[in-house]
Amino acid sequence: MESLTLSDVEQKYYSDLFVYCDTDNTKKVASSGKVVELFRAAQLPSEVLLQITELCGATRLGHFGRSQFYIALKLIAIAQSGLPLRVESLNSVKDLPLPRFVVGKNEQEAKHAAMYPDSENQGLYSGIFPRPPGRVQTKKASAHEVIQPGVSSADPQPDSTSPVVSPHHSPPTSPHAWRKHKRQPSGGNVDRQPAVATAVWPPSFREAQGPVSGDGMWAGHSSPPLQESWVSFTDTPPSSTLPQMHPSSVQESTTIRTVASAATTNEIQRQSSAYDDPWKITDEQRQYYINQFKTIQPDLTGFIPGSAAKEFFTKSKLPILELSHIWELSDFDKDGALTLDEFCAAFHLVVARKNGYDLPEKLPESLMPKLIDLDDSAEVPEPAPDVGFSSSPVEVTPNKSPSMPSLSQNWPELNQSNEQWETFSERSSSSQTLTQFDSNIAPADPDTAIVHPVPIRMTPSKIHMQEMELKRTGSDHTHPTSPLMAKPPELSEENKLPSSIKLLSNTVGDGYSSSDSFTSDQEPISSVVTRQRSHSGASPEGLKAVAPPPPPPRPHASHSRSSSLDMNRSFAAGPSAAQPQTGVVAFPPAVPPRPLPTQISCPLSTQGVGAHGHRSGEGDSLPPHCSTSPQQIPEQPNFADFSQFQAFTEQPSEDGEKGVDGAQVEKAVEAAGPLRAVKSDGQSDERSSAVVNSAKGSTPLAPPPKPVRRRLKSEDELRPEVDEHPQKSNVIATVIATQPSIPRSVGKDKKAIQASIRRNKETNTVLARLNSELQQQLKDLLEERISLEVQLEQLRPFSHL
Amino acid sequence: MAVCVAVIAKENYPLYIRSVPTQNELKFHYTVHTSLDVVEEKVSAVGKALADQRELYLGLLYPTEDYKVYGYVTNSKVKFVIVVDSSNTSLRDNEIRSMFRKLHNSFTDVMCNPFYNPGDAIQSRAFDSVVSGMMVQAC
Repeated sequence: MESLTLSDVEQKYYSDLFVYCDTDNTKKVASSGKVVELFRAAQLPSEVLLQITELCGATRLGHFGRSQFYIALKLIAIAQSGLPLRVESLNSVKDLPLPRFVVGKNEQEAKHAAMYPDSENQGLYSGIFPRPPGRVQTKKASAHEVIQPGVSSADPQPDSTSPVVSPHHSPPTSPHAWRKHKRQPSGGNVDRQPAVATAVWPPSFREAQGPVSGDGMWAGHSSPPLQESWVSFTDTPPSSTLPQMHPSSVQESTTIRTVASAATTNEIQRQSSAYDDPWKITDEQRQYYINQFKTIQPDLTGFIPGSAAKEFFTKSKLPILELSHIWELSDFDKDGALTLDEFCAAFHLVVARKNGYDLPEKLPESLMPKLIDLDDSAEVPEPAPDVGFSSSPVEVTPNKSPSMPSLSQNWPELNQSNEQWETFSERSSSSQTLTQFDSNIAPADPDTAIVHPVPIRMTPSKIHMQEMELKRTGSDHTHPTSPLMAKPPELSEENKLPSSIKLLSNTVGDGYSSSDSFTSDQEPISSVVTRQRSHSGASPEGLKAVAPPPPPPRPHASHSRSSSLDMNRSFAAGPSAAQPQTGVVAFPPAVPPRPLPTQISCPLSTQGVGAHGHRSGEGDSLPPHCSTSPQQIPEQPNFADFSQFQAFTEQPSEDGEKGVDGAQVEKAVEAAGPLRAVKSDGQSDERSSAVVNSAKGSTPLAPPPKPVRRRLKSEDELRPEVDEHPQKSNVIATVIATQPSIPRSVGKDKKAIQASIRRNKETNTVLARLNSELQQQLKDLLEERISLEVQLEQLRPFSHL
Repeated sequence: MAVCVAVIAKENYPLYIRSVPTQNELKFHYTVHTSLDVVEEKVSAVGKALADQRELYLGLLYPTEDYKVYGYVTNSKVKFVIVVDSSNTSLRDNEIRSMFRKLHNSFTDVMCNPFYNPGDAIQSRAFDSVVSGMMVQAC
């Protein structure tokens, strides 16, 4: 055989054709049947074909080897161009257009084929293989399309029809094109073009999707001119003599792109552009992607469901693992669906991968999905060419889920929601800026808008809260849990009796505060947390944050004792006046412990009796309840101190009981203060309110002792646990120690009564607090019990071993 | 930091298991396998009480000398098992919970991938990176 020199374009083209004909996949011999078909498609007289066959030496060999095949192709090109068949002409003819093969079944194609100027059309290759009638039609159209660009805007009219058809083929065919590219991972653009073009066909034929492969052929058909033209658009001018694609033809090419070949063109183009930025999507590529997107999802603002995308990208014949990775990279919002941006990114990655680029580990910035608005603006300029396509998807995508149009309706909503989310963030940020300038307003905005349901219910009077808030900056609002976190430090800080007492009183008196005041409540809440547990609506979690903080101020515990009455006496006018609301007990607390030990001696049995007694007779000496004190002592050493105070206490034994129990409770309460803060919720609130109510409802004489006693009884169970909290005992001791000798308010009867009233009130508040604390303690214990039970269950299986 | 992370499917076969390579990995495989019994027990125990609610985080399944095993079950009966070194006492319960939360999120992302067939082994690189992030860094 004569040596055959082929241009690169021809080389690739011929090799593709050879592969196409190599149905047996021998890579050496083209099956005669295919070759015959191919030659027939060349629309040359049979005599010419015979001559060619002889010339190429196939007749001698009896089969078409690769070289023979190439020679035959070249001879066909020569014959088609009208030159005489000469062996010498094989190498002498310059700028020989690629042989054209037209599908014999399509007259239209033949016409079109004839229309194509040689200079422009390089190897428009029509599918020779038999195709289903329907497909044929479409293929014709696609072929037309393909040819169009080759004609370089020669026939704009057919485009209108072809686009309609092509789109539905493009998706299936594009993968073929891709596959083609994959075969040639490297190489310059020029080399790629024809190779891509030709390569498209053979693989397309091999595809399981027979009809689709026809499209692939068409794709390849158009690919050469497209590729070359595309290349010219991009950096490296192709060696081909194809005329440059006009901008108008860009649209044509876009239509063509819908054909599989377009994909190859794009790939080449991408490759060329990829040299500059491997991941940058050129406009043409994006156009193509958008068209592809439309074939699946007519609504450009909609989503492509995962299943449809999977089918689409599976056609690219990339390994599932790589497709999975591409999906992970491109599905930015991880919603299982692809927006236009995500789809373009995924498509681009697939193309790159087919071109041999390794997949990145992270999504490149250029592929990051942008705002949908940008996409819309980009797509506006292409209404015309896409109009035709819009109709095609309807009929085209039979394999696509028909539910997509319906799904698309949801997706725009999602998209809109995304946009809303974007704006939402802006809104929130702007609101946050306000906090810096106006602490009062700040809390309302961010907290109510964004802050999760943090407790806020802190009951402390809003007034106090706001006052506290004013002192602080807006920093407290930033973190919903910060207030709770801030509580512990505040708790530790506010060991001052007076302040704590005041807060306590406030908190006790107030109900739940609104969420708005939450931030403002932070400070006071923190200080009052321990006392407030019952009132604080803080979520358990928020309270838990407070759990660690040190026990509430000592006075707290001290006054939670029933000894408030004593405290009332000791502080008489001062503290009680200063604390109009309940719970003032700060000062009084010190006193109560004293009577406790004495009262303890009178076991809870004497509840209702003595309680009132103290009111009536403040000067009553403690009944001989001291006997109980020794019992208390081992539990609470503080009570030993109380015995000293017994002399001072005028309260009846009941008070003492209250005091004792209260003291114990307080110990437990203090220790569990933080815990209570955690757990105090409505329960404590109810109880405290109940306590308060009971306290309030009862006569000034009776109430305090009664509720206290009941609590004490219930708390007896807790006492052992109270022992665990030596802190309380210490606190109590300190409180007691700080108590100076209690002055006796003998004075006038009126004054005494008033003082007693005040003391009773204080006692009420103290008791109310005590109740709440005890409730919380109970909750804590219950939780501990539950956890222990769970642990027991966990260990149970192993017990069998 | 975990020493071994495993994802077990509903049918109790592993979808993903990865351990610190320095140690005998087979031992961890056994550990995870035995932990499945404990998981089943916990799941069945709670299920009777509250069929609707069941905490996903199972907590410490069982401790051994060298390490502790924590479990987590999703609502689709996919189990996550984390084995941590006992010497690492600084690990708090919240940290374990956050690890499981991250695992669950990455697992959800893997599920969302249409190219992933439920029941296949998890080969997602993103998932691998998440797991690597929580494994002991010694390796």
